[in-house]
Amino acid sequence: MFLVKGGMLIDPAAGIKAVRDILLQDGRVVEIGEHLEIPEGAEVYDATGKLVTPGLIDVHVHLREPGLEAKETIASGTRAAAMGGFTAVCCMPNTNPVTDSLALVEAVQSIVRRDGAVRVFPIGSITKGSAGQELAEIGDMAQAGVRAVSDDGKPVSRAEIMRLALEYAKMFGVTVISHCEEQSLAGDGVMHYGPMSAMLGLKGIPAAAEEVMVARDIILAEASGARLHIAHISAKGSLELVRAAKARGVKVSCEVTPHHLSLSDEAVSGYSTSTKVNPPLRSLEHITALRQGLADGTIDCIATDHAPHTLEEKAVEFAAAPFGLVGLETAVPLILDMVRNNELDIERAVAALSSNPARIFGLPGGTLRPGSPADLTVIDPDLELVLKPEDLKSQGKNSPFLGMALIGFPVLTMVEGKVVMRDRNLLVD
Amino acid sequence: MWKRKDLLGIKELSADEINQILDQAVPMKDIIKRDIKKVPTLRGKSVINLFYEPSTRTRTSFELAGKYLSADTVNIAVSTSSVVKGETLIDTGKTIDVMGADIVVIRHQASGAPHLLAKHIKAKVINAGDGAHEHPTQALLDLFTIKEAKGAFEGLTVTILGDILHSRVARSNIWGLSKLGAKVRVAGPSTLMPPGIKEWGVEVYHRVEEALEGADVVNVLRLQLERQQKGLFPTIREYARQWGLNARRVALAKPGALVLHPGPMNRGVEISPDVADGLQSLITEQVTNGVAVRMAILYLMSGGGVADVPR
Repeated sequence: MFLVKGGMLIDPAAGIKAVRDILLQDGRVVEIGEHLEIPEGAEVYDATGKLVTPGLIDVHVHLREPGLEAKETIASGTRAAAMGGFTAVCCMPNTNPVTDSLALVEAVQSIVRRDGAVRVFPIGSITKGSAGQELAEIGDMAQAGVRAVSDDGKPVSRAEIMRLALEYAKMFGVTVISHCEEQSLAGDGVMHYGPMSAMLGLKGIPAAAEEVMVARDIILAEASGARLHIAHISAKGSLELVRAAKARGVKVSCEVTPHHLSLSDEAVSGYSTSTKVNPPLRSLEHITALRQGLADGTIDCIATDHAPHTLEEKAVEFAAAPFGLVGLETAVPLILDMVRNNELDIERAVAALSSNPARIFGLPGGTLRPGSPADLTVIDPDLELVLKPEDLKSQGKNSPFLGMALIGFPVLTMVEGKVVMRDRNLLVD
Repeated sequence: MWKRKDLLGIKELSADEINQILDQAVPMKDIIKRDIKKVPTLRGKSVINLFYEPSTRTRTSFELAGKYLSADTVNIAVSTSSVVKGETLIDTGKTIDVMGADIVVIRHQASGAPHLLAKHIKAKVINAGDGAHEHPTQALLDLFTIKEAKGAFEGLTVTILGDILHSRVARSNIWGLSKLGAKVRVAGPSTLMPPGIKEWGVEVYHRVEEALEGADVVNVLRLQLERQQKGLFPTIREYARQWGLNARRVALAKPGALVLHPGPMNRGVEISPDVADGLQSLITEQVTNGVAVRMAILYLMSGGGVADVPR
């Protein structure tokens, strides 16, 4: 038995924002109350002054295993997740080989059973090898528990393939996650297209490259009645399209990354490759729109797009470096920053990090109602840490926030009743 | 005294720093005109030219600038170096660094490459052109050429004509001219204009005639012919007709307006041969001034002060 005592419980799905004690046993939430008695033999965690939330869920991470273990492994990536307060992550299929079949989904699941520190839900690819030509065996993968498919990292360029994917995935209740990027517009751009890219002499990726494909995919989702989820939304126009589609009743959801909410293209000015990410860090008007979209509920989920790379891969000229930055271990302080600035309700923030992803992708957790899985996160909203590369549990040190003081970190991560991180220390081997 | 470790761009320089270089280039130009073009100022210093892109004039200019000042200069042509074996820029830089290089002059196709190098080596770094970002020494020699002919920058209108989007020369010139008080116009097709360029404090023109009216200086940019294949403008012929500088167009500028071009020229495309070789052209003078300006930069960056100017 485990009792989390005296914390400010934020459980948006249950409509609770109050100081509560939470009793957990055998991997389930047993009871929630104002002053629960300490049962005999129960371990007690004093959460006074801290936030207690349903276990955080990140629906967009790259764990890189199998095939790209120099960047990250399921072991290191899930440890980074535990440090970041995440009890579950959905891993993207752009490994080597691409997770595009039942056998490969099961391979990932078996590594997770052996090495995983938190829950991992593999996302299958939309097309074979994510090559954009033929549909992957989505039905088979759905039987192995896959709840969503994506060719993330690459767009599905052919509209007809996307149409077929939406029609086909719908039969199995699988959501199609779209990485929206019209490649003829994105070209070989490396940052947001605008005055900053012009000044730095770097090729730009216009907001239109994303917006054009968001429009296409919404139209296709509407026609098929299938479920569409827009990955890492970054442009103002995309958001307006999603807002209008939701108003029409289209089954569309979307996610935003903490870095797109907190960094602008000005961060690229020193040519630091940790700021090279796709979609690119946008200009202020886009950031303002994204923050607004998260606050008003147009954006459903906060997802990190955690994308580790090796130091060597990133220690090159800006144009030559791979896209991506690590996000699992910095998401909570970055989002709490918006809460502190009164730009975002804490309930909305927690919903976007737990109940919304659970609902959209049909994942366990997302609430601490009695009977729910004992997936829980405790956050110290005042804990201030200067981010150092050696403190990151991810193998990837490609964070644009290194050296910065961030405030508000998870101090307890519990997965199915098992404490995997406590007081910033991992409790898994 | 020169305080900056590296010379990476004009954008971060102050007007004072720019003027310091321009002033220093005056006595350096005298050295070039001598029969014996050698002073011992940089004896015992080493200057490495690390060029990842083809270059004749910039590389030779730096090499001669170093030699006239008695520095030991070494050219590394990337096509015959360990770069072709996959060595990274940082590793190449560190290798040169530990051989005792004092200054590394780098030309690279990637914007920001000199910044990456400067972060990782002890030697001073001079940007000799990085991608579409900056070409500070070209801008400084353009500024020097303008100053020699016009005396000052206040009140001058300078028109930069051509492919602004891909031009590091344009960027460095815009920053430099603006800092020194000149008014800058840019002209060219909208498909070759960088996004948000109006925010840089320049006037943007798409009709060349309007851009030239009343200009004191026209700086014509080289048109990279492969841009046409990417569809950025329809044909070379149309480009030449719409935006090429010819005698009729030069006549729209102020009498005695200067014509500059960073070279190498596409004669008959961005500039007509009669203008390139005409009385108002300072294109060859620019090349001479390039050596003088680079001597000034090498000298200042090696710790020379204005007080001990070699005469």
